[in-house]
Amino acid sequence: MAHQWGMVIDLDRCTGCEACVVACHAENNISTVGEDQAARGRAKHWIRVERYYEGEFPDVKTKFMPVLCQQCDAAPCEPVCPTFASYHTIEGLNGQVYNRCIGTRYCANACPYNVRFFNFYNPVWDKPLNLQLNPDVSVREVGVMEKCTFCVQRIKASEIQASSEKRDVKDGEIQPACVQSCPTKAMVFGDLSDPQSEVSRLARSNRATKLLGELGTLPKVTYLQRDSWHAGEDS
Amino acid sequence: MPAKTPEQINEDLLRPLGGASARYLTALAFFAGIVIAAFCAFGWQVYAGIGVAGIRRPVFWGFYITNFVFWIGLSHAGTLISAILRLANATWRRPVTRCAEVITVFALSIGATFPVIHLGKPWLAFWLFPYPSERGLWPNIRSPLLWDFFAINTYLLGSVTFLLLPMIPDMALIRDRATGLRKKIYSVAALGWRGTPKQWHRLESAMQIMAIAVIPVAVSVHSIVSWDFAMAPVPMWHSTIFAPYFVAGAIFSGIAALIIAMALLRKFLHLEEYLLRVHFENLGKLLLVMSLLWFYFVFAERLTAWYGNEPSEMTVFWVTQTGSYSPLFWLMVFCNFVVPFPILAIKKLRTITGTVIASIGVVIGMWLERFLIIVPSLSHKYLPYSWGTYRPTWVELTITAGTFAAMAMLYMLFAKTVPIISIWELKAKEHPTSDHAPALAQTAEEGAD
Repeated sequence: MAHQWGMVIDLDRCTGCEACVVACHAENNISTVGEDQAARGRAKHWIRVERYYEGEFPDVKTKFMPVLCQQCDAAPCEPVCPTFASYHTIEGLNGQVYNRCIGTRYCANACPYNVRFFNFYNPVWDKPLNLQLNPDVSVREVGVMEKCTFCVQRIKASEIQASSEKRDVKDGEIQPACVQSCPTKAMVFGDLSDPQSEVSRLARSNRATKLLGELGTLPKVTYLQRDSWHAGEDS
Repeated sequence: MPAKTPEQINEDLLRPLGGASARYLTALAFFAGIVIAAFCAFGWQVYAGIGVAGIRRPVFWGFYITNFVFWIGLSHAGTLISAILRLANATWRRPVTRCAEVITVFALSIGATFPVIHLGKPWLAFWLFPYPSERGLWPNIRSPLLWDFFAINTYLLGSVTFLLLPMIPDMALIRDRATGLRKKIYSVAALGWRGTPKQWHRLESAMQIMAIAVIPVAVSVHSIVSWDFAMAPVPMWHSTIFAPYFVAGAIFSGIAALIIAMALLRKFLHLEEYLLRVHFENLGKLLLVMSLLWFYFVFAERLTAWYGNEPSEMTVFWVTQTGSYSPLFWLMVFCNFVVPFPILAIKKLRTITGTVIASIGVVIGMWLERFLIIVPSLSHKYLPYSWGTYRPTWVELTITAGTFAAMAMLYMLFAKTVPIISIWELKAKEHPTSDHAPALAQTAEEGAD
């Protein structure tokens, strides 16, 4: 059976440091758009840390929630694409083929998580950022939709390495940039088709919940609720 | 209608085809200028990137898709209305049909440009076409955008046929009176029409078949346009009411556009003796029915959303009822119901001026409706962290203005080349015994009036 890549994000561990956001930008050649364009809603962050506040000042609590493409098994973005730019890979990823995309932006409208990002202009990198582009990741041109790939280039590299060594990919061997950079190890990546993997084990936790799970999108990202805040509620 | 001889009808309706007045040319140049400006704006958008438009995350569809739905909706004026009236043998339709069918063809053509204009890479629009490509990839038949492609093209083909078929005898009439190059051009358009009983019979049969065929096509087009939205799990989009709601709204705005076009033609082409008050009154009654139907649909949609009290839907619900989009929402209700309802319901107010005022309200209101369906839902979709607002830029505004100017320009050009009122159909009414009259029209006549 093909791997089914998934992720668990422990909201109890997330400090909202945004290291994942920076790492993702560096790994995936995500161009910055500048202050003006960002203010107009054109910023691209394949992963973002959403901040929600609870309570009244001065007794305010901040909740952090990293949100990235949930790699849904029943993804609303996929059937609506007229050119198959958005499609489901055999390993359960929501693939986005940049060369097929003609920019109808229907997928981004259909996505309940707003994790799809559009290239409103051709990308530019301020010097010296242009010198650190990742050669394993294609650069996207104007008019093309892009989104989190679970660092598919890293997944493929590990799979090729493993197959050349005639073995299976080991649990924890693949780390997307966000997972790798998380100082509190709030994110865990792995194979959901293997019940023994850490990600599968954590996904069975009492605290496990899906973002907007009621929509039936079958996300492959599982969130672990903040136990420290809701002690005694359910776990 | 006062009795007119066939010669009078010929003269009255062929007169507008003559030379162009200075006033005509000025107006044409004015509209052409706006259209050229819109083309320049689009050129700039292609050159600089789609970012020059106001769309943003999460409002990825804005004015362009609003215009798309609006114009496709407007196109339901002609063919559908004219087909229904034809099948119902409503003889008063005769002077109205052609100017209605022209609206369909032009509005549909204009609307169909927007799926291309709004693309991130418009130069690759042909990838939506199903053809055996070197990429070894067919378009995705599961995508509502592909359904759009088929529905709109079918409707365009159908409505162009529906417009051109009954033009044939009139083309022949012009051909017989013209000389030189004009004669050659109209000869081609007349398709060898000789007015034999066989030809009349075939024309009537073809019209009958087209009238029946085009109605389900028209209904399917706006149903499918509505499914562009209803198929996506977006708050207030994902609704079963959308297809009939959109079709009703389309006919509503279509009748309004027709009334406005008729009033302008009546004034500028001096057709006071052909486009009578009874036509405006009858279409006004239809508009009244559609206004009530529209109100019913909005009420049903809003009530069920409110009663259901689903949090993400309620966010969009309140943002349109009392929030930042509420001025537009209530303006829409004002234009689509508060203004037209009393004007059209009270017989004394249902005059030509009255119906035109109501129609202008409806056209504005229906444009707002399309905007209010698209933008508030996208801007308030689920996770509050990524909510956003939308503001159009000059590019979108210019292109929007350009489409209205294009409609006016195309309509003016058409009215100069083709009699905007079907001459032979008028004669068929006035002179059922004339040898120009088709046999089937005579039998239809007996049951009417």
